[in-house]
Amino acid sequence: MAKDKDLTIYFMPYSEIGKEDSTSRIKKILNIILQNKIVILQGRLKAEEESRLIGDTMVLIGHIKGFKGVELAVVSSSDKMGIFEKFKHSIAKALVGEQDAVTIVGPANLVKEIKRNPQKLELYLKK
Amino acid sequence: MISLLKKLAKKFFNLFGKKGEIKLGFYGPPNAGKTSLANRICQDWLGEDIGTVSKIPHETRNVQFKEKVVIEKGNKKIEFKLIDTPGIATKIDFEDFMKFGMRKHEAQSRAKEATQGIIEAIKWLDDIDAVIVVLDSSLNPYSQVNITIIGNLIARKIPVLIVANKIDLRKSDIKKVEAAFPEYNIIGISARTGENIDGFYDALFKLVKKAK
Repeated sequence: MAKDKDLTIYFMPYSEIGKEDSTSRIKKILNIILQNKIVILQGRLKAEEESRLIGDTMVLIGHIKGFKGVELAVVSSSDKMGIFEKFKHSIAKALVGEQDAVTIVGPANLVKEIKRNPQKLELYLKK
Repeated sequence: MISLLKKLAKKFFNLFGKKGEIKLGFYGPPNAGKTSLANRICQDWLGEDIGTVSKIPHETRNVQFKEKVVIEKGNKKIEFKLIDTPGIATKIDFEDFMKFGMRKHEAQSRAKEATQGIIEAIKWLDDIDAVIVVLDSSLNPYSQVNITIIGNLIARKIPVLIVANKIDLRKSDIKKVEAAFPEYNIIGISARTGENIDGFYDALFKLVKKAK
């Protein structure tokens, strides 16, 4: 676990993980987290990838000294869509992935809490 | 690969008759009251508990089972295998357990078991037929863990019932839970006091029927 005290935010465009398989996507995100950086991803992972990210995080807690897990939050425009809009959105998602969302993942030793209130995210950092 | 084979085998056997025993999972964040609700069901219908409950998070650190739970209401009857899973979290810090008076070694051991419990709970998603998501109605429902669990169940087409637990608390706000998950029927209960447990059983019958 890196011991940098500076706050580094890593903006990850969807194109950086768009063509990767699930394993590589999660590995890429966790590698950045382990460098004590906060990842802001354009888009979001698939539901099963999100749960896998949590599972892999749990494995790392036991193996990497000082690593306590992650704080994770997603805001997506699909949360407030009507049925027809959701249908259109699901077709677009199948074709190009869910890019109209923002995912924030940060190491728990740096990010105290991410408060999510429907369409707003507030990031609280540790002192 | 193994989960894919399991799914194929399940579909194959379902083609030839009724589904076997329904596996009903209890999922949710830590300290939402999953084991309290599972205990209430087991006490009501089997006369025994499934696990211990505590104010310290991650009391349930292994997946716990009760085979052949049978619930009867009027002329209706359902039977399922009850699976109580450890609370899912994205971070585990042993120092949090020390705030409850645990010694360092004990807290570290609990943290290790808790991480393994979460991995086990996630693995079980591949093998479950219906899920009760238990949320604490006195807390903000918009947590990513809640959204991830429910998103996973939708993606896997697993029928879900959302239970807003702890309605006996002053801070409880079911409307907030309903606003967070508008596509679901939310049942407000108190597993501790038994408030609206009949309403919960009615919803449970509908859920198990969907899973058949």
